[in-house]
Amino acid sequence: MSNTLPPNTGYVAAAYLVFLFILLIYIVIMAIRAARVERELAELLVQSQQRTASKADGEASSQ
Amino acid sequence: MPTTKSLYGRRLTGYAIATGIVLTAALALAFFYAPIEADQGFSQKIFYIHVPLAIVTLGGFVFGGIFGIQYLRSGDTRHDLRSYTAIHQGLIFCIGALITGSIWAKAAWGQWWVWDEPTLVSFLIVFLLYCTYQPLRFSIEDPERQARYAAVFAVVAGVFVPVNFIAVRLASPLIHPRVLGSSGGSLPNDMRLAFYSALLGITLLFITICKYEMASKHSRAQLAALRRSLIGEHDEPAPARSAAPRIAVK
Amino acid sequence: MSAAHPPSTLSAARAVLYKELTLERRAPQTLTAMALFCASAFVIFHFALGRNEIEGAIASGVLWVTLTLAALLGIGRSFVADREEGGLDGFLLAPAPRSALLIAKAMTLFIFLLIVGLLASMLFAVLLLGPTPTVSQWGSLALLIVLADLGIALVGTLIAGIAIQTRARDLITSILALPLLIPLLIAVTKASEPLLSAGGGTLVGRWLALLGLYDLIFGLLAYALFDYLVED
Repeated sequence: MSNTLPPNTGYVAAAYLVFLFILLIYIVIMAIRAARVERELAELLVQSQQRTASKADGEASSQ
Repeated sequence: MPTTKSLYGRRLTGYAIATGIVLTAALALAFFYAPIEADQGFSQKIFYIHVPLAIVTLGGFVFGGIFGIQYLRSGDTRHDLRSYTAIHQGLIFCIGALITGSIWAKAAWGQWWVWDEPTLVSFLIVFLLYCTYQPLRFSIEDPERQARYAAVFAVVAGVFVPVNFIAVRLASPLIHPRVLGSSGGSLPNDMRLAFYSALLGITLLFITICKYEMASKHSRAQLAALRRSLIGEHDEPAPARSAAPRIAVK
Repeated sequence: MSAAHPPSTLSAARAVLYKELTLERRAPQTLTAMALFCASAFVIFHFALGRNEIEGAIASGVLWVTLTLAALLGIGRSFVADREEGGLDGFLLAPAPRSALLIAKAMTLFIFLLIVGLLASMLFAVLLLGPTPTVSQWGSLALLIVLADLGIALVGTLIAGIAIQTRARDLITSILALPLLIPLLIAVTKASEPLLSAGGGTLVGRWLALLGLYDLIFGLLAYALFDYLVED
């Protein structure tokens, strides 16, 4: 096929690459956001577990 | 009772799947089914990505204005978020349309920028106007006022788009032999099929991204609300000033 | 007018307009700044272009770019005194319709722009313009200035109303106003071009129609949306 490539193929490829590139940038942005959400959720999970644990401790010592 | 239904992400999965199928099929049609155009040769294939991007951009801006009107009438912040998202994503699609248009101009006419081409020039002007949307939002601190002023901007700019197209078209010499009308009306049948499926695919992509964006913003707002209720209001720093709408979590 | 009835839109607008004009008469700040700006711009264009006399498209471009940038000065000042001195709050306390404020502000800006447009185009004819326009060409040019200034005043007042509540007022005014005014500038520069050419030419109807359309659309839009800008 490479022998029969029509002229101006590069421009067509470039145009579609621009489209792909913008989509990929968007994926990167969303990936950063998803990572942040995951981190924050982990933090909150640790906090809520600590809270449950300390509550359980308090109940155990008061008995 | 807090709602557990997904507010913004409804039918997001369906849209995402449809986007994947339609856009892939459209690109396949564009490259393997649609014939090579006699006049412009292979470079005409840019048409199948550039024109849908441009049409969807304008659609996004118009919907931004419509949601702006709805916000002004109802004061419902969900319309503000929709207006914001439509304009924001429209701006990104606009960049895509401008760059692919510029590449097409280079391929077809040998120049990166063609002032005689009214659609391209109109697009640049519209782009310049919508570029001010984010700075405008960012420079207003009060969320309610930010939403209201942004909605006024969205309506004015939405009306501006057709006026601008008329003005630029009148000012162009109209000498360019365009084999392909940008409306797709004069296309041969096999090209038309590829074009319309590409248009549908890009439209679906736009809707999917908008829904994804809103669902993501909403879930981050919910996360912040959860953090506040777990850790307590006072330990949290005040939310940073932002151009994005503030989302109320019920 | 009795105290029981709120003032009509027009009488309220007239009162605000009178206030604006009195302010400018007592301390002519905005008008002098705009006129001086135009004169300096013409001098700069003389040196930047390296020409003693210009005509046609370049003349039209120089004249209208100068007038537009001068208009930005006026737009930027439009609500500043009211905000700083509490005039805006005073107006909102009065039982007057808000559109009165739009009408008065747009009229003020319109009058300023007309005065500056008249002075600047005469100065332009003396300093830079090569061909001497005929009387009918002057008349056509005056008509263009009226139509263009009306559009600039309407859009400018809307933008001034938006920008006054933002923190970066000057920036927002210019970046919003310039793109919004592009259609108007396309029409008015294309229409002025034959009037400022050596061969002499006449006005082309479609540019007048476009200017009229622009004024009408953005006038209605400003009228419909202005209330939302002065809500609090």
